[in-house]
Amino acid sequence: MAQLLFFYFGGVIVGTATLVVTLRNPIYSAISLLVTFFHVAGLFVLLNAEFIAAVQVLVYAGAILVLYLFVVMLLNLKREERYHRQSLVGVLLGVVILSELALIVSRSTFQSAIGPFTPAVLQAVGNTEAVGRALFTTYLLPFEVASLILLVAMIGAIVLAKRVVRT
Amino acid sequence: MNVVTQLVVILGTIGVVMVTVLLHVAYLTYFERKVLGWMQDRMGPMEVGYHGLLQPIADGLKLFMKEDIIPSGANKIIFSLAPILSLIPALIGFAVIPWGDGQLTIPLPWIGDVTFRPFVTDLNIGILYLLALSSVGAYGILLGGWASNSKYSLLGGLRSAAQVISYELALGMSLVGVLLLAGSLSLVKIAQAQAGGFWHWYAFALPFPQIVALALYGIAAVAETNRLPFDLPEAESELVAGFFTEYSGMRFAFFFLAEYANMILVSCIAAIVFLGGWHAPFPFLDFVPGIVWFLLKVYVFLFFFYWIRATLPRLRYDQLMTFGWKVMIPLVLANILVTSVAAYFWMN
Repeated sequence: MAQLLFFYFGGVIVGTATLVVTLRNPIYSAISLLVTFFHVAGLFVLLNAEFIAAVQVLVYAGAILVLYLFVVMLLNLKREERYHRQSLVGVLLGVVILSELALIVSRSTFQSAIGPFTPAVLQAVGNTEAVGRALFTTYLLPFEVASLILLVAMIGAIVLAKRVVRT
Repeated sequence: MNVVTQLVVILGTIGVVMVTVLLHVAYLTYFERKVLGWMQDRMGPMEVGYHGLLQPIADGLKLFMKEDIIPSGANKIIFSLAPILSLIPALIGFAVIPWGDGQLTIPLPWIGDVTFRPFVTDLNIGILYLLALSSVGAYGILLGGWASNSKYSLLGGLRSAAQVISYELALGMSLVGVLLLAGSLSLVKIAQAQAGGFWHWYAFALPFPQIVALALYGIAAVAETNRLPFDLPEAESELVAGFFTEYSGMRFAFFFLAEYANMILVSCIAAIVFLGGWHAPFPFLDFVPGIVWFLLKVYVFLFFFYWIRATLPRLRYDQLMTFGWKVMIPLVLANILVTSVAAYFWMN
């Protein structure tokens, strides 16, 4: 059952992700991306990570993609303006990344070590508690560094967007 | 219970919850028109049935019969999709709302014991699930406004997107204080932690009463459901009807249902998180069934929606944004700070 669901989620993710970059209308692309996000959340649920699944929907589908749509609607993009003759570079980069991924997948063994949070442990401790404890003890420094980087990005956006008004 | 009976019970519970919610939505419109009528010294609906009691049914039939118009130049697929995208998140949110406590086990012949519970499911991330759904609800409005190919609709949709993003931040963070004190994201566990009188409800409980958070939650909830005085997405005086200007018949009804279902949903969350859910305000009143108390709290909160609507004028758009970012968010953050300090000392 879980495997069947995995293939369903994986298949839809691949399909809609392809649609995101191939569809001509940017609004349709955004809707495909919405479907992709929901199915990624489904994958997280299959992995017993309900917290991450909810955050995935809340942050990516609920906030970031709404802002994308907002901008797309405000700019009213014409279909021709999106492709700046990038196809050749795109294909080249795609082939390079695909071969790299294939190389990594073929050379690595996956079940090398099982972490402390097996499904049984997660059921006992609680998913949210496990994530919280790991974030605020073991990974406190990376967590704070990540928030600092976000803060820098935020300040940068404000500085770039703000213009001095000359009177 | 075997798998088939379990499935039947779950589907039955979902059916009961859906029918209850939709009936409440229908009669909320009646309740709203009556309350507004009395507040403005009128009678409200009086013609259909005794004191207008059948008015919601007549309205529903009328909407059902109306012609479904799709404006020329509209994007047909998204135009039809948007009302559904708006209604589904509002309705599936009720899956995690607990209507009461305990469970009912009935021994049936040939089938065995069948257990009924007053909620569809008890997710361990209940509140996050609800917040995620409420943020997804903006798509219906945004896409509906865009697909209508009308300036009023587009402006309404864009306003709504900006408003929902700004206020859902305050909405989510106003709940964090309670989550800190309860130590759980499950709505059932949060409600169970508030048993034994109103002084245990999180709005009034020690170490730090969340009454400020409740007020902030109320304001953010009104903004999140696009109700007056925050109904800029559908401001009649400037935008005709905002994002659903071009909608008619059942598609319009879907938007309408979604708005009222969302109102019930945010009221349910307020009742559970801040006001003790199904618990009675005094222990000696425990003989009254929990669902009565729960519905009473929900309706008090809903009444506030109407009261505010009848009292306050609509905000200007810049006031709305300034208020959201410069007043609500700092207050909510201060509440989290004070609550966590209080909880830290209380628990040690």
